[in-house]
Amino acid sequence: MEFAELIKTPRVDNVVLHRPFYPAVEGTLCLTGHHLILSSRQDNTEELWLLHSNIDAIDKRFVGSLGTIIIKCKDFRIIQLDIPGMEECLNIASSIEALSTLDSITLMYPFFYRPMFEVIEDGWHSFLPEQEFELYSSATSEWRLSYVNKEFAVCPSYPPIVTVPKSIDDEALRKVATFRHGGRFPVLSYYHKKNGMVIMRSGQPLTGTNGRRCKEDEKLINATLRAGKRGYIIDTRSLNVAQQARAKGGGFEQEAHYPQWRRIHKSIERYHILQESLIKLVEACNDQTHNMDRWLSKLEASNWLTHIKEILTAACLAAQCIDREGASILIHGTEGTDSTLQVTSLAQIILEPRSRTIRGFEALIEREWLQAGHPFQQRCAQSAYCNTKQKWEAPVFLLFLDCVWQILRQFPCSFEFNENFLIMLFEHAYASQFGTFLGNNESERCKLKLQQKTMSLWSWVNQPGELSKFTNPLFEANNLVIWPSVAPQSLPLWEGI
Amino acid sequence: MEHIRTTKVEQVKLLDRFSTSNKSLTGTLYLTATHLLFIDSHQKETWILHHHIASVEKLALTTSGCPLVIQCKNFRTVHFIVPRERDCHDIYNSLLQLSKQAKYEDLYAFSYNPKQNDSERLQGWQLIDLAEEYKRMGVPNSHWQLSDANRDYKAAICRCSQPLSGFSARCLEDEHLLQAISKANPVNRYMYVMDTRPKLNAMANRAAGKGYENEDNYSNIRFQFVGIENIHVMRSSLQKLLEVNGTKGLSVNDFYSGLESSGWLRHIKAVMDAAIFLAKAITVENASVLVHCSDGWDRTSQVCSLGSLLLDSYYRTIKGFMVLIEKDWISFGHKFSERCGHLDGDPKEVSPVFTQFLECVWHLTEQFPQAFEFSEAFLLQIHEHIHSCQFGNFLGNCQKEREELKLKEKTYSLWPFLLEDQKKYLNPLYSSKSHRFTVLEPNTISFNFKFWRNMYHQFDRTLHPRQSVFNIIMNMNEQNEQLEKDIKDLESKIKQRKNKQTDGILTKELLHSVHPESPTLKTSLCFKEQTLLPVNDALRTIEGSSLADNRYSEYAEEFSKSEPAVVSLEYGVARMTC
Repeated sequence: MEFAELIKTPRVDNVVLHRPFYPAVEGTLCLTGHHLILSSRQDNTEELWLLHSNIDAIDKRFVGSLGTIIIKCKDFRIIQLDIPGMEECLNIASSIEALSTLDSITLMYPFFYRPMFEVIEDGWHSFLPEQEFELYSSATSEWRLSYVNKEFAVCPSYPPIVTVPKSIDDEALRKVATFRHGGRFPVLSYYHKKNGMVIMRSGQPLTGTNGRRCKEDEKLINATLRAGKRGYIIDTRSLNVAQQARAKGGGFEQEAHYPQWRRIHKSIERYHILQESLIKLVEACNDQTHNMDRWLSKLEASNWLTHIKEILTAACLAAQCIDREGASILIHGTEGTDSTLQVTSLAQIILEPRSRTIRGFEALIEREWLQAGHPFQQRCAQSAYCNTKQKWEAPVFLLFLDCVWQILRQFPCSFEFNENFLIMLFEHAYASQFGTFLGNNESERCKLKLQQKTMSLWSWVNQPGELSKFTNPLFEANNLVIWPSVAPQSLPLWEGI
Repeated sequence: MEHIRTTKVEQVKLLDRFSTSNKSLTGTLYLTATHLLFIDSHQKETWILHHHIASVEKLALTTSGCPLVIQCKNFRTVHFIVPRERDCHDIYNSLLQLSKQAKYEDLYAFSYNPKQNDSERLQGWQLIDLAEEYKRMGVPNSHWQLSDANRDYKAAICRCSQPLSGFSARCLEDEHLLQAISKANPVNRYMYVMDTRPKLNAMANRAAGKGYENEDNYSNIRFQFVGIENIHVMRSSLQKLLEVNGTKGLSVNDFYSGLESSGWLRHIKAVMDAAIFLAKAITVENASVLVHCSDGWDRTSQVCSLGSLLLDSYYRTIKGFMVLIEKDWISFGHKFSERCGHLDGDPKEVSPVFTQFLECVWHLTEQFPQAFEFSEAFLLQIHEHIHSCQFGNFLGNCQKEREELKLKEKTYSLWPFLLEDQKKYLNPLYSSKSHRFTVLEPNTISFNFKFWRNMYHQFDRTLHPRQSVFNIIMNMNEQNEQLEKDIKDLESKIKQRKNKQTDGILTKELLHSVHPESPTLKTSLCFKEQTLLPVNDALRTIEGSSLADNRYSEYAEEFSKSEPAVVSLEYGVARMTC
């Protein structure tokens, strides 16, 4: 097996482990293909099992022959290992480094993990698009399931099955796909049963500098409007950014061609700006000097809570359009795979009681994040400690979870799940034994044969024994729309993370 | 009253403080001898006590009327628009007069009458007895005369004001007293002297003939500065904080940079650090500590009272907290009237020293959610009344002044009213067992200090969480108690009639008779099931009276684990239903 080549020293005795908030533990360190294990070999003490894929960065230091490896994890933990012997220490460090940066997805732990529990319900089939569609097909007949993307030919980042207006045929969809970034033609994201209004999402229209238009695109989104009604297009970029995008072939919907739609720009930051924000935030949290002014200015400089506020505000606006104005909306940014999904999914948390239950929230993540093609593999490759900056990494999903936590804090009895559930999702998005968050979209997951070769996270979470850890005992189903406050005084920092 | 010219103004608008689109409510404004009252079109009433008014401001006339902005000491800010300028002017002048009384006798406490007779009032005043408190601490004993606080007979917290040492003066008697304090500690031969001022301030004081103890002149003392800023710095810090928070459309960054530049949390942390230093000296080194600042009634009170709170769990109970305030604040002459601006006096003497103390306590309750018998609501209520002048406790600047005012004859004490309502102030997570003997060791790393929204925005409902876990747990606990009572009632009925038929049938009958009248069964399904099942169970397992208490405390125990209230209740319910 290839892992053996990477492991230069499989075992070292007398290693001391230091973790914050725990007493130091001395024991034996073992390296396996996917784990770093430290065991004190006594019955009563727990062992440390750390997935290599959870390792974000490592530092090594030497004092005499005693080596120290500091491991910084993607879930923000920092642990320290004191290893006697310079050679062992170097070997261990380079082995960890190699094992934590494996290139090939198929070498990742989910492909080797064999569950120790009995699978009662296969999570891969828990949230099929057909079942989700049935939930609102009883209320409306204006929508249909389209199999146009069956071979992932029309849009590589969409799932094979999407929901579109009934009056639009597959041929038109193909045409619209060529007019939208990444082939992401407008699809249904959420149907508000109360008044029949909908949230749709898409990629930016490819108008370019010469103002290209697409009749089918106009027809598609107009098909969702009732007679005489207007809709809103929420662009998650500022007007400036949207205008600049035209130079690269992108753009936004021109009023002249979409007279029934009002466009609103609600800027949400993306990519490296978010990543830098996270790096600064974590650095501020790890600062051990007890200096109040420094902490506050660092917290401010990280801009993390500003991003939270921006996202929540955009989501509240979307929800307001639907519930209060009685207007349908289309949401997009550039690709429609990041800020767009934050807004569509948070708006659903606000509007839809079902998405505040455990299963409903799982379905939401499955629908609005996994199937909608949020590139988890790219976005979650590295976390806050990594120095090698790649422009694809961004804590988009973490920001979403943080926003959910903010709403949960304001409505502690309206959610069936608790904070631990959100933290668990965060951890598994970055490093997991399950295949759920592998790959960037359904097409990649299909090629990797994840359904056959790996276990779904939902198979594990939805066991009664596990569920009880994530259940909020104060939950009392609240069928109302919940309106969170977005004032800075109402948005504290999430300590759990 | 002679100050009131207009008692009622109609068509007044109350503006939403944070709305950028000038959202408003229309209603009628009434002015009474003690309160300003606004009733909006939904009949919602807003009462503002005149004594709570910190400032009234009349802004420039606008097309819709004359704006009147009122800032209160309890951090309420209201913005009215009065249609006619004349009315606005009258109200403005009346409020200016009414909110700043010149004599103690004009304060609300002297006219407030809660319909109690004299003996009840006297009992109220005797509720908190300091001599009793010193007895509880075990002083006087062979080492201590009745003079100051002590803790487990060994190490002690003492307090005083700064020595008048100047650059070279010394006082042999003072040195002897310190020597005696030090000797009174049988374990440790040295003691700490804590000066709560920044060193620079203390040095500056030497020029005025005051200063700090010279370690050379006093044997066995260890001297320590802890750098808490003076009342003037604190006053302007709070002022800045409130300015930032009053901004419309505040951005996250402006909020945090404002929070930082106000320095408020830094000051809170300094007070907390000092209290922790004090507690450590006593618990770890068993050394007595003498605390002082300039005058010995502001920073010293903060540090001594917080130190006591960390050391002694008694002060973390509702009654104990009252004793603590009586001991370290009221009896040691914290100048409440000057610091709170009860009368029209020197604005430079006003300072949020006591508010800071309450905030420090709040930070402790956040870090140790189970260690305190009282909840945030208790702190807010006390804060309300240090400014309200409704009760006599906080009037005057020292004990002597209070006796001269004959407060005990003419006014009422706050404490019995709080105790009567104590249900409102209970902390549902309080666990007296697990924390009874422990000393609290708070972590003062910066990110543990948060902005106290429920204090500084207590009247801005839109900023608050929409559902309160505390209230729900409280209600559940109450329901459980009621249910346990029902069980016991049923049980005794069964026993009374046990010679008739079989138990099973009887239980069912009884259930039918109890169900409709039980007031607690209205909420959720699981509670209904609960009553059904334990009744049958009761015959076997419930013996005697202890069960109600057990189950109650089980809940509290469960909450103590790291995720409060999470799995435990679920188990509680599951266990009861299956």
